[in-house]
Order: sequence, then C-alpha cells, then structure tokens
Amino acid sequence: MKEHRLRPPLDDETVARLRAGDRVLISGTVYTARDAAHLRMVDALKRGEPLPFGLQGQVIYYVGPTPTPPGKVIGSAGPTTSRRMDPLTPILLEHGLKATIGKGARSEPVKEAMRKFKAVYLAAVGGAGALLAQRVLAAEVVAYEDLGPEAVRRLTVEDFPALVINDIYGGDLYEAGKAQYRNAL
Amino acid sequence: MVPRVTTRAISARDITDAVERLCREANIALPDDAMGAFEQARAREVSPMGQAALDQLLENFRIARQEQIAVCQDTGMAVVFLEVGQQVQVVDGDLTEAINEGVRRGYVGGYLRYSVVGDPLKRKNTGDNTPAVIHTSIVPGNQLKITVLPKGFGAEMWTRLAMLTPAQGVAALKDFVVESVDRAGPDACPPVTVGVGIGGTAEYAVYLAKKALIRPVGRPHPDPDIAALEAELLERINRLGIGPEGMGGVVTALAVHVETYPTHIVGIPVAVNLNCAAPRHKEVVL
Repeated sequence: MKEHRLRPPLDDETVARLRAGDRVLISGTVYTARDAAHLRMVDALKRGEPLPFGLQGQVIYYVGPTPTPPGKVIGSAGPTTSRRMDPLTPILLEHGLKATIGKGARSEPVKEAMRKFKAVYLAAVGGAGALLAQRVLAAEVVAYEDLGPEAVRRLTVEDFPALVINDIYGGDLYEAGKAQYRNAL
Repeated sequence: MVPRVTTRAISARDITDAVERLCREANIALPDDAMGAFEQARAREVSPMGQAALDQLLENFRIARQEQIAVCQDTGMAVVFLEVGQQVQVVDGDLTEAINEGVRRGYVGGYLRYSVVGDPLKRKNTGDNTPAVIHTSIVPGNQLKITVLPKGFGAEMWTRLAMLTPAQGVAALKDFVVESVDRAGPDACPPVTVGVGIGGTAEYAVYLAKKALIRPVGRPHPDPDIAALEAELLERINRLGIGPEGMGGVVTALAVHVETYPTHIVGIPVAVNLNCAAPRHKEVVL
C-alpha cells in the first residue's frame, strides 16, 4: 500500500500511479455535488451550457454537510453513498473529471468509464463527518445555492484522507478486501 | 364500585424540551454502549485497513463530542419511540406537535442537517427536519419514556422484508439475514448493527427490526434461544469478509439484535433493518 499526496487538478500521469488499496491525502480544491447538483450539471452539459466549474482534472466529493455552526468553516462533512450518482457519473468523467470521493460500491458502467477516461474512485470513511470536517480549511458555495446542503461548494482541504477503491486498471479494493477476509474468522 | 385511577399530568412543553435535548445529544455524542462496542471491534479486527477505518471512526466520535458537532452529516430522520404509561395525561398541548417542535428546535438549534422532504414525490425540504416518525405503545404505569433514534438513510435504504413459509424455516431465515447484510456491503457504512424482526405481520416485523436497534449495542436478548440465534448470525455475517467500511476484515457487524412476536400459522415474516457505523440513540423517562 502506497501513500500519495494529491493536489488537484489531476493529470493522467498522476491518476495512472494510483492503485486500488493506496492511501491518498488530498490538499487543495475539491468540489461538492450530490444528487440534485448532478442532475443540474448533466442537464447543463446536454444543453451545451457552462458548468459551475470546469471539470478538467477536478475532483468531486459527494457530501451534503450539516449547517455550519458559528465559528466553524463547515459542519459535519462525511461522504454519502456514491451509487446514487452512478447513472450521472460517466458523462462527467467523459468531460474530464478525474476523481470522485464517496463511500460504497460503484456500478459496472462507472468502473468501465473510469478505465476508459482514466479516472479513479476514492472512498473516505463513511460516518467520520466530524473528523473529515477538520480537514476542510475553507468552504464557499459556488452554484445552486437554493439546494441547501446539496449546493455545489468549493472546498479547500488539507491532508484529506481517502483510499483508492477503483483504479484505471480494473483494481477494486472492496472486492479484493472482501475476498481476502472471507471466512477469515 | 369504580376503582379510583390517579392520572399524572406531563406538560407538552417538557416533552418538547426532552425531545430537543435527545435529538442534539444523540447526534453529537455516541452512547457509551456504542463506544464500547467499537473499542471491542478494534481489538478484534485483524485487517490493517479495517483497523485504520475503526481508528478513524473512534477518533471521529471523540472529535464530535469535543467540537459539539454531529458525528455524521446524515443526522437522519428522527424516529421516536414512545412508551406512554396509561395513567399519563398530556397537558398544555398536543403530544405529536410537542414532539415535532422538539425535533424542530433540536435540529435547527443544534446545527443538524434537514434531511426530510414534506412529500415523498414532490420532494420539497421541510426546512427543519420535521416531521418525526413516531411509534407509540401504551404500557402500565404513570411514566413517559421517549427514545430518539436519528436514522440515516445510507443504512435505511438496505431494509428488507421476506414472508417465509414454515417449510423454508429457520435455515432460510438465517440465509436471508446474512444475505441482506452482504447485499448492503460497504454502502451501509459497516460495521453495522443488524436489527432483525421475526413474526407478527409484515409491517410489524419491520417495526420490530427497527425497535431492535434501540437496545444497547451488543446486549444479548434475554431469551437464551434468541441470544444463540443472534450469536450465530453475527458469526456468519462476520465471515463475509466485508469488514469496517467495506475495506475487508472480520468486523462487518458489531451486533445482531433479534426481536420476535407471535405470528400466523402460515408464515414467518422476517425483516432486516440496519444501523450504520454511527449507532445513535438516546432515551429519557419523564
């Protein structure tokens, strides 16, 4: 298991170095988007309209934080279940998105799109919203403010921890981990 | 002669205050039973990635308490269990509204997320996480017990119900429970607590599965036969290999809690309701 420090935007070379099971620490910019924001972004792409941010090389974090308490940068901010975004993910990868962060398994079409468009899927620890919030230095709503917790935010993160679940070679940490420990009791 | 019945008045305002406090505390401070279960899980886990995930979860619980912020951003739909003593009389207001006002104040004032839409099809957020889902049972006595279970939907989405036949029997029931956890895999944020409801009718089995989750994590059922079933299911589930956060390991579930009820000669209703790696619940007796 290797550890990588990532600073988005990510290029193909960086993504190619990542293998399922590797640990990453992300510093810099990631964008938040979940169900409702995905629907709007995909709609915009289909109509040829501009997106809230350029996708090339970027990272999307699937999160809907709690409201920000006074004196804090963001509320609790752990990953949500990724599979809900599966039908809307390949088109974003096609347009240059290089990594998504969430929790839980991805669909076959998403895995195939990751191989084809050279992108990775990362998992943060689901349920660790208070811990992950501490790795967020700044948060700013950049689009779809009416969506509340589902608005698109630009997050500045430091040493945000995640694991590579799916790499561009077909590696899958969830499958490998489960196979290794099946009947291990 | 009509026996004299003494009623006890409980103010709706006190109920609101209690629910407000329970919503905040449940979401911010994991109960001691759950913390203990996580520490035991950490000691049992052999997979390095599973250990690392459990370390992050334990650290997260400490940070949430210290910083007074929610353990998880999905602060759930508030499920409220009421045990109302039959001698209790609620005064100064409407019981349901008192509870919802408590949820409103707890979620808005506690900076918890509003995750509830007012209509399941039109899907407009109610803006204060109301209404709660309220389960009421009338019991002897003059007290009111309130339990708040904030239920995140990462795990709730994997709820399953099967109406098995006597011929399919216990073997099919066990397979169904294990398969339900297997299907949820990493998505339900393991290590999960597995609520299993057996018996009753279809909706009652699901209710029992949910109710099983408010038991302190890992406390066995008082009936030794049911406790043995819980232990066997837990071992089978932990042989799946899913592990903490799905990274691979021997702790896929912290505990299996089974609740049962008499049922019809024709069927064995069985429901599975999962709690995620944040087994939150808090109760108070008024």
